[in-house]
Amino acid sequence: MTTPRTVELVVNGERRAADAEPRTLLSDFLREGLGLTGTHVGCEHGVCGACTVLVDGQSVRSCLMLAVQAEGSEVRTIEGLGGADDMHPLQEAFWEKHGLQCGFCTPGMLMTAVELLESTPGAGMDEIREAISSNLCRCTGYQTIVEAVQAAAERMQGEGQ
Amino acid sequence: MKPPPFDYHCPETLDEALALLAEHGEAAKVLAGGQSLVPMLNLRAVHPEVLIDINRLPGLDHVRIEDGELRIGALARHRAVLESPAVREASPLMAAAYPYVSHGPIRNRGTLCGNLCHNDPASEMPAVALASDAEMMLQSASGARTVGAEEFFTGTLSTAAGADELLVEVRVPQAPAGQGAAFHEVSPRKGDFAYVAVGAVVSLSGGACSGARIVCAGVGDGPHRARAAEDALEGAAPGEGAFRQAAAAAADSIDPGEDFHADADYRRDLVRSLTRRALADAASRCH
Ligand SMILES: Cc1cc2nc3c(=O)[nH]c(=O)nc-3n(C[C@H](O)[C@H](O)[C@H](O)COP(=O)(O)OP(=O)(O)OC[C@H]3O[C@@H](n4cnc5c(N)ncnc54)[C@H](O)[C@@H]3O)c2cc1C
Ligand code: FES
Ligand code: FES
Repeated sequence: MTTPRTVELVVNGERRAADAEPRTLLSDFLREGLGLTGTHVGCEHGVCGACTVLVDGQSVRSCLMLAVQAEGSEVRTIEGLGGADDMHPLQEAFWEKHGLQCGFCTPGMLMTAVELLESTPGAGMDEIREAISSNLCRCTGYQTIVEAVQAAAERMQGEGQ
Repeated sequence: MKPPPFDYHCPETLDEALALLAEHGEAAKVLAGGQSLVPMLNLRAVHPEVLIDINRLPGLDHVRIEDGELRIGALARHRAVLESPAVREASPLMAAAYPYVSHGPIRNRGTLCGNLCHNDPASEMPAVALASDAEMMLQSASGARTVGAEEFFTGTLSTAAGADELLVEVRVPQAPAGQGAAFHEVSPRKGDFAYVAVGAVVSLSGGACSGARIVCAGVGDGPHRARAAEDALEGAAPGEGAFRQAAAAAADSIDPGEDFHADADYRRDLVRSLTRRALADAASRCH
C-alpha cells in the first residue's frame, strides 16, 4: 500500500483530486499535484513556517502533514487569499508597510496572520508577535511584518463595523 | 528531504488500531500529530515500514477532570490542552509550562500523548508528568496496563511503552489545595525546545516549605527530578536563602551534555537561576 491513492479535498473553495503516495507531504501535493506553488517549502521539518496553510480553519505546517491525511479536508492556501486585483487587507498592508523583501516567508506569514485575525479580530501587538514567532524571516527584521499585521487588523475591524 | 516509503493505515476504531499494532509491532509507528515523527521521517532518522494513523479514532480527544484526576486522551491537541480550564484548575504546573510548548501551527496538530511518547530530553511535558506523578494508560490487543511517569521515561527518545502499545490517556492527580507552581525556561526562540527548563511546586505548612517537587528538562537523557534540592527545602522557611540553597543542590544534581547551543557549565548555571526563580514564584502562589 505504498502505491498512490487518490486524495480528494477542497482547496480554496474548489473540489480537487489528485494521486499521492502515502509518503507525499501535503506541501508537495499542493505544489506538484495541484500546481499551487504559492505555498513555499523551506526547512521541511517544521521550523521555518514557509509552508504554513490552513486546514479546516487552523494553521498547520504542510510539510508535517501527509497529503493522505488531508482527505476530505478544506485547505486554504495563499492562492485563495486574493489576487493582484482583489488583494486581502493583509496583502495590501504587507505591500504598504514593506512587510516583505524577497518574499520567501510571505505566504506562510500571511496564512499565519489570517488565522490570527480571523480568530482574534483586533489582535494586539503581543498577540501578533506571539503568532508570527513561529515563522522565520531572513530579510525584514520582523518589525515591518508586525506593523503590517497591525495595520491590517485595524483595517479589518473598521470594515467589520 | 522527503519521507522514505511506508505502508499507511488509518483505522477508524481503537480495536482496529490495536490489531494493526499487534500485527506489525516494531515495523510500525503510530502517527498522532506528526509534529515530531514527520520531521524524523523527512530527515530519514527513522524508517518505519508501516504508519498507523490514529487521527480518525473516535472519543480520544478529551481533556477533563474525573475522580480527582486530570485525564487527557491520545488525540487531545496541544492547543486544546493549553486552552483548557480543567488544566488550569487541576494542574497549575502543567498550565504554567504549556505556553513554552512549541508554536501555534505545531500546537494545532501535536498531541500531549504523542509528546510524552516521543520523550525529547528538552521537552517540557515529560518533566511536568514526572513532577505530578502522572500515570500512562497503555493499551494493546492483549490488554491494558498503567505505568507511572517514574518508570515510563526510560531515556532519550525512549519510553516503557511496548511496540504494540498505544498510550490512550494520561492521568494527572489533581494538585493539592494551596500548592503553588511555576515553570521557567530559556530557549533560542519562544516556543522552541528548551536549552534548560525548570518546573517547581511547593506547599507551605506552618510557615515552612513542604512536599516540594523540582524537575528539569534539557539536562540529560530525559526529565530529571532534583531530589537533593527537594530535600534541602523540606521544612525550610521560604525565602531567598532557602531557594538559593535548593537551587545550588539542583545544579549539583545534574550531569548535562553539551551541544552547539549550550555547554555543560551554562546549563548548570541555567538550572541554578531558573530553579531559584521557579521556587520564588511557586512559593508566592501558595494560598
Ligand atoms: C518547530 C517545532 C517546535 C517544537 N517545539 C517544542 C517544544 O518547545 N517543546 C516540546 O515539548 N515539543 C516541541 N515540539 C514537538 C511537538 O510538541 C510534538 O507535537 C510532540 O513532540 C509529538 O506529538 P505528536 O502528537 O505530534 O506525535 P507524533 O509526531 O505523531 O509522534 C511522536 C512519537 O510518539 C509516538 N506516538 C504518538 N502518539 C502515540 C500514542 N498515543 N501511543 C503510542 N505512541 C505514540 C509516535 O509513534 C512517534 O514515535 C516542536 C515541534 C516542532 C516542529
Ligand atoms: S518548510 Fe514547513 S516549516 Fe519549513
Ligand atoms: S522577506 Fe525574505 S525571508 Fe522574509
